[in-house]
Amino acid sequence: MTLSRDQVRHVALLARLGLRDGEEDFYAEQLSRILDHIDRLAEVDTEAIPPTAQVVEVRNVMRADEPRPSLSQEQAIGNAPVAEGGFLVVRAIQEPDPG
Amino acid sequence: MSPAGDANDPTRATIGDLHGRLRRREISAVELLDAHEKRIDALDGEVRAYLRRTPELARRQAEEADRRLASGTGLHPLTGIPVAIKDIFCTEGVETTAGSRILAGFVSPYDATAVARLRAAGAVFLGMTNCDEFAMGSSTENSGYWPTHNPWDLSRVPGGSSGGSAAAVAAGMATFSIGTDTGGSIRQPAALTGTVGFKPTYGRVSRYGLIAFASSLDHVGPFTRSVDDCATVLSVIAGHDPLDATCFDRSLDLSSIGDSIRGLRLGLPREYFEVDGMEEGVKRSVAQALEVLKEAGAELVQVSLPHTDYGLAAYYIVAPAECSSNLARFDGVKYGLHDPEATTLMENYFNTRREGFGPEVRRRLMLGTYALSSGYYDAYYLKAMKVRTLIKRDFEEAFHRCDAIVSATSPTVAFKIGEKASDPLAMYLCDVLTLGGDLAGLPGLSLPAPAADGLPVGLQVLSPQFREDLALRVGRAYEMASGWTAEVAPQ
Repeated sequence: MTLSRDQVRHVALLARLGLRDGEEDFYAEQLSRILDHIDRLAEVDTEAIPPTAQVVEVRNVMRADEPRPSLSQEQAIGNAPVAEGGFLVVRAIQEPDPG
Repeated sequence: MSPAGDANDPTRATIGDLHGRLRRREISAVELLDAHEKRIDALDGEVRAYLRRTPELARRQAEEADRRLASGTGLHPLTGIPVAIKDIFCTEGVETTAGSRILAGFVSPYDATAVARLRAAGAVFLGMTNCDEFAMGSSTENSGYWPTHNPWDLSRVPGGSSGGSAAAVAAGMATFSIGTDTGGSIRQPAALTGTVGFKPTYGRVSRYGLIAFASSLDHVGPFTRSVDDCATVLSVIAGHDPLDATCFDRSLDLSSIGDSIRGLRLGLPREYFEVDGMEEGVKRSVAQALEVLKEAGAELVQVSLPHTDYGLAAYYIVAPAECSSNLARFDGVKYGLHDPEATTLMENYFNTRREGFGPEVRRRLMLGTYALSSGYYDAYYLKAMKVRTLIKRDFEEAFHRCDAIVSATSPTVAFKIGEKASDPLAMYLCDVLTLGGDLAGLPGLSLPAPAADGLPVGLQVLSPQFREDLALRVGRAYEMASGWTAEVAPQ
């Protein structure tokens, strides 16, 4: 599997990753090499095999919905780069499609 | 430096030994801390295992431990024992960065469960250790800060991702440490630094407060200088935690780890002895270790793990896919780095993540995003999850024929810094013998086999899920029969 520069740009957009100059080629080459190895998965017959997402069987865990001690609002946003009046500050989200 | 073999040097001792000396008041917790601080001052300028130290916190904890030791109340085997913590466990009031620039300055407002349990037991926190960024790597060269050097040969890597935790114990800069293992990140650095490293069954130790890499693969475990010490630490950090829904509620019974291994069947997977790139020195060392186990009464049997060749491929879909989702939280809004110049939210995302993540993390984010993206999900992610089923079944089959599986931990000894840095696939192959244990959620121990040309080699023991006792029992029997005792790197 070979990734094109356009595919790298598309995947970086989906991952919200900015790329530096020249990185499209760099990642296209490296990711293609890794995918070449990964493509051997196609050799395995998995027709009747169920997928495993979780290796140790667990049951759904329920608990009573009761108030209990937690971080204060101040602690919870204490690491925010920009906060105001107890809220996180973000830039406007209405903007043209960057793609 | 103390001469090799100074049995009284507290920076070379085991937890078990130090606990006795603390209780007999032959040494105080503060003196034990001082000895370690002195050793770190002398060595860490070259080894660089610690990203940051916590001297004030350590002093308070050591003083509190001495009060407990004086009164005899609240005593625990870890009370007063110095520990190093991988920089991926949230530690209240301490900067915790997962080795990443994107989290520079993040001071955790709470403790990870494993850390809280060590704190309650009275352990003394020396500091946070270096690791590959977000635990992605096998050499600690992917740290966003600096590479850590192997105490046995400073021109070589200590392995990774938990390389700082391994190097700290190997160099006598902590009595024990904790790390995480997602594809081999405890066992491989333990092998490369001559320490004992153990990851228990998936879900045995809570992941709460662990900065997530791949949630279905992340395991927490210790680095120590003896198998008994491993059991001691595991007993503290293991156990049900309502804050992690995958952390199961089953008792951990390690009472049999001192039993003989006479009659135990140890499986040797053919594929694990034939992997590409297996060094002759490692082969010889493992063969010697197997002889010791045989003489101790174990029966060696051939087994097969037929899907071994597909493990790496499955792993490098599952782990990147999970990380691409987990690392979405680093958005330049809630914590860590952000771009104050960005005029739009999208621009802030792009710039923060471009500047904050290193090349390996960005490579895996793209690989994972690609594998999950429309049109590729079935061919990659779903396929990898099915192959994971086959790998898990391989182990289940093998465990019908044996009680535990033994092999080398890593196909190579510690390699030179820079040697594999530009070849991601070569680096990924470091984990070829360990990642199966993560995909299947098995207990996995690495302990020192005979050195090869003066460099440590690891012997890996894998046991069935929930049977930590078997891996530790085999390891302990090896330790006893080989006469091997913990060695601290001769720096």
